Amino acid sequence: MNSRIRLRILEQSYRAGVGHIGSALSIADIIAVLFGAVLSGEGVERERFVLSKGHAALALYAALYEVGRIDAATLDTFCGEPSVLGAHPEHPLEGVDFSTGSLGHGLSIGVGAALAARLQGSPRRTFVLLSDAELNEGSVWEAAMFAAHHGLGSLVAIVDVNRQQAMGYTRDVIDLQPLDERWRAFGWNVHERDGHDVEALRATVESLDPESDRPHVLLASTTFGYGVSFMQNKIEWHYQPLSDEQFAAAVAEVEAMASAEEPLTPRR
Amino acid sequence: MRNAFIDTLVELAELDDRIVVLTGDLGFTVLEPFAERFPDRFYNVGVAEQNMIGISTGLAEAGFIPFAYSIATFASMRPYEFIRNGPVLHQLPVRIVGIGGGFDYGHNGATHYALEDVGILRLQRGLTIVVPADDRHARSALAETYAVDRPIYYRISKSGKAIPGLDAHFEIGRLAQLRAGRDLALIAVGPTVTEALGAADLLAVDGVDAAVALVSSFNPSPDDELSELLSSVPFAVTVESHFVSGGLGTLVSELIAERGLSTLLRRCGVADLPRGVTGSQPFLENRHGISAVAVARTALSAVGSPR
Repeated sequence: MNSRIRLRILEQSYRAGVGHIGSALSIADIIAVLFGAVLSGEGVERERFVLSKGHAALALYAALYEVGRIDAATLDTFCGEPSVLGAHPEHPLEGVDFSTGSLGHGLSIGVGAALAARLQGSPRRTFVLLSDAELNEGSVWEAAMFAAHHGLGSLVAIVDVNRQQAMGYTRDVIDLQPLDERWRAFGWNVHERDGHDVEALRATVESLDPESDRPHVLLASTTFGYGVSFMQNKIEWHYQPLSDEQFAAAVAEVEAMASAEEPLTPRR
Repeated sequence: MRNAFIDTLVELAELDDRIVVLTGDLGFTVLEPFAERFPDRFYNVGVAEQNMIGISTGLAEAGFIPFAYSIATFASMRPYEFIRNGPVLHQLPVRIVGIGGGFDYGHNGATHYALEDVGILRLQRGLTIVVPADDRHARSALAETYAVDRPIYYRISKSGKAIPGLDAHFEIGRLAQLRAGRDLALIAVGPTVTEALGAADLLAVDGVDAAVALVSSFNPSPDDELSELLSSVPFAVTVESHFVSGGLGTLVSELIAERGLSTLLRRCGVADLPRGVTGSQPFLENRHGISAVAVARTALSAVGSPR
């Protein structure tokens, strides 16, 4: 599913002529795991997901399409007029729990969702996907402190550590290292994984103890633009759209990946 | 007024377990009745207003009615974008409780004066603003509105002194006419209406017959009733413990302009942020032209001005 998500990302961004491709590719595997094998429940009991790095919404739309929650016609409205599928996710779309796009909001919303589950005696978990540069926002750490103080073990923050931000590499803009020690010092269980190893991601997420007296953060080490060699780790692909030639080359690479892809282990 | 508000909230929370209270580490000696009665539904989030609104958003989406409590400046401005992108955008029943409108925190200085809370929050059309004028009014306003399915900002003042002529009745989007008058309308918001009533008494000595009306909500505001009042008098003066722009004075200006009314308007409010001049609330209100004497002076200048 992760390679199909990548193909949809390429097709839609090419068709619409919009960027944020590298960010969406960087989380394709994480999103595939969450939507393909982790998130469960329905209605008020559904497990909440907050895409705090809202600029990667195309990966979310692609996943919603792949799991059958939106149809092809809806997906094809991405960045159209009018469309609920903007460059950042809007909650009126089926499958989007919260509208996002301004960085630094998602973790505190996720804390509220996890606190609500606790107050309602529900075992449902809450997942928040953040970008690494988003950790520049002080509000993330307000939420991190509260979650640790209240021992919200059903809260899982996943950080897409692609080491890039809009205008440079994170180490040059605001160095986040040592990231694991920072989260640990804030009272979180820290798990570090390859953010493109879907089976390891799935197994890790499913092994997280929601009864833990500490919230969980999964530092997912990723490659910005993963799957398209000429985009990987290139700052310009934060905003740049694809030309005809670039699109053809990118699709060829991702199709080659897709043919080698193993199916995900289904939901527990 | 804070205690009246919280007492009513405790009563409501006995009946409705969706009510949760969060505070940004403020409300010492005020919030204890709630915290002691409902320890599982009370969270001091620490000095972290953005997080408080984010958490409230997550709670409200799951079915709770969170009350997020802080001093009005910190409650409205620090988490402004969280309010906009959270409860306002998602239309969730988050209650933001801002304590101390205007110059209520007199000696505490400029950082504590809520002079633009109504203005900046009125811009968010999906957010209702409720400004009670006295204790009983605060109680009825809360009971009347706490369960509506959209976000609300409550501007809770320190003074809960009973306003003569205002029965406890609160209805969202309605104007309360406290005094009839033919020559001039004084239109106020919150406990500052006391100054408008005082000004009406002073104006009566000068032979000016002033009506006094109270606005207690925005989004919706009592536009039709205000227009009717404005149409009945040649002059109007707005009175608010707030910057002169953005709040009540701007609302009335918009009504006069858009409805083609011929009423001449003067706005009593704070012209600019006071820098280095603190003092008691009455001192500051007088200095910034919103005391009874100052309002009467402004009204007389309007009446005496050429039409």
